[in-house]
Amino acid sequence: MTALIEPPTTVAADRPAEPPRGGRKAPRTTSLGGIAIQMPFWVLTAALAVIFLYPLVWTAISSVAPLAGTNQTDGWGLGNYITLANYQDGILQYIGNSVFVSLLTVVLTLVISLLGGYAFARFNFRGKNALFLATIAILMVPYATLLIPLYVLLNMVGLSNSLVGVALVLTMFQLPFSTFMMRIAFESIPRELDEAAMVDGCNSWTVLWKVLVPAVKPGLITVGLFAFLAAWNDFMAPLILINDSTKMTLPLAVSNLRGQVQGVVDYGATEAGVVVLALPCILLFLILQRHYVRGFMSGAFKG
Amino acid sequence: MSTTVTPASAPVAATRPGRAPTRRRPRRSGSALTGWLFALPTALFVVLLFLVPLVLVFQMAASDWPLLGGNQGINFPENFPEALDNRFFLDSVIFTLKYTVLATVLLIGLGLGLALLVQESSRWKGFLRTAFLVPSALGLASASLLFYVLYSPIAGPFAELTKSWGFTFLGTPDAALWSTLFLIVWRFAGFYMLLMLVGLQGIPEEVYEAARIDGGSRWQIFRDITVPLLKPTLALTTVMCVTGSLLAFEQFYILTKGGPDNSTITVVQLIYNVAFQGPNNLGVAGALSVIVLAALVIINIVQIRAFSKKAED
Repeated sequence: MTALIEPPTTVAADRPAEPPRGGRKAPRTTSLGGIAIQMPFWVLTAALAVIFLYPLVWTAISSVAPLAGTNQTDGWGLGNYITLANYQDGILQYIGNSVFVSLLTVVLTLVISLLGGYAFARFNFRGKNALFLATIAILMVPYATLLIPLYVLLNMVGLSNSLVGVALVLTMFQLPFSTFMMRIAFESIPRELDEAAMVDGCNSWTVLWKVLVPAVKPGLITVGLFAFLAAWNDFMAPLILINDSTKMTLPLAVSNLRGQVQGVVDYGATEAGVVVLALPCILLFLILQRHYVRGFMSGAFKG
Repeated sequence: MSTTVTPASAPVAATRPGRAPTRRRPRRSGSALTGWLFALPTALFVVLLFLVPLVLVFQMAASDWPLLGGNQGINFPENFPEALDNRFFLDSVIFTLKYTVLATVLLIGLGLGLALLVQESSRWKGFLRTAFLVPSALGLASASLLFYVLYSPIAGPFAELTKSWGFTFLGTPDAALWSTLFLIVWRFAGFYMLLMLVGLQGIPEEVYEAARIDGGSRWQIFRDITVPLLKPTLALTTVMCVTGSLLAFEQFYILTKGGPDNSTITVVQLIYNVAFQGPNNLGVAGALSVIVLAALVIINIVQIRAFSKKAED
């Protein structure tokens, strides 16, 4: 199994996360003739860019545009956002729920994968490889297959219908990627660094905290970004684990918002909901794009 | 998404421990214990939230287990014939397989195409990469909701156009399938492009240069160099895409609700329906889950075998 999906290159996590852009230099064609030859390329790629960006731009614009059957019937304005704000318990409640679940997931994922990655990279203990394989195996089991028994189990321990329960489950689903990522991050740091600190009187805990955490910070940012995007956007876990409408997360609330009034869908409010859902993700993605790309370069996806 | 990461772990796991003892000074006897303490949170999560539920799903599959009534004792193997007899079982399997084949062909093809298009570095290509990747930041649910409005015959930008053509995006089974496929391509093409770019970067420039000196045409270089050397990446992305597509749920749940005429029910949606919408039978849902799990393992083994055979040729 290993031989065939062998990574084409072993890119360490600490390598500058430039990759896809740092590749081969295109031959510069500045002459008029060169531009003419490249014309089909420009047209094709511009069209593709439009196809990929159009749905986002259109949704953002039409969420403030007038449309019959919405709260924004004439003129431009924020009517749809007002509908959204007043939906059931108010959108703020759902945003709050989503923020809570996302932040808890991010914090748990960071703490667990930081400690776990350190353990896997720096220690030898019985059952280490078995535990690592079991962690990775989470990826092999369908989401729905696990959510149904998790629903029963969380009920048993009194975490039914609980946002904490959702965050715990989402954290578990993040562990394969984040543990793998943090293990590579730690392994790419020379051992001499912790040994020197040990000589200076640090124990393994202070080494981790004072010496290694700063060194694996880029890995932590990547892990945190992926955990946030996954938790903020997750639909199926809250769909199955949450029954109470006051505890719905944002994707669930926006999805339920359609067809509230006698089966008539308020498209305007749905658009506004999509904007609220998408905006933090797109902003985070644009700001942390380097770290997003690093997640792929690390080999965590490559196998 | 799934199997992919495993192979990676193996080499790492295999090589590191062997090297470690030689490099590290002998540690105090507490070292292994300290290691366990650091790994403890991981172990707790993996055992309590992954291994225990995994065992439980097998128990459910073998038990009479209504959603509200709880476990009513073993009734193996009754749930399995009942799962197979579900009137949507066969249809959902066929639909899911059809969707998986189409989605995989489209995403792998387009992912590779886009990657080749933006491979070199320039400002414009950097912009294109970002443009193709932005949809990947959205959740699948958000993207589905976005297209739900976009495809709407009332609010969508193509509403007038589709009305005059007498066509709806989600009105017929075929239209609903292709509309959903477009959404999936929009959402995931950039993601697969990125994986392909990573793979393409692993091919040394010298190989291309040698081929160019030998007078290879663009197409020959693509067919005889890029594709064979990209095989590991292609294998990985195919396995990921097939697994992800077989487990499709959100896009159909939000966009089509399984309709029109129950034509777009996927296997996972069937599991969800059996467990929570209507029959509320966790036993049968568990049996279906076990069947899906087994099918997934077999399909992935077959794929990996097929790719490794090709690699030997």
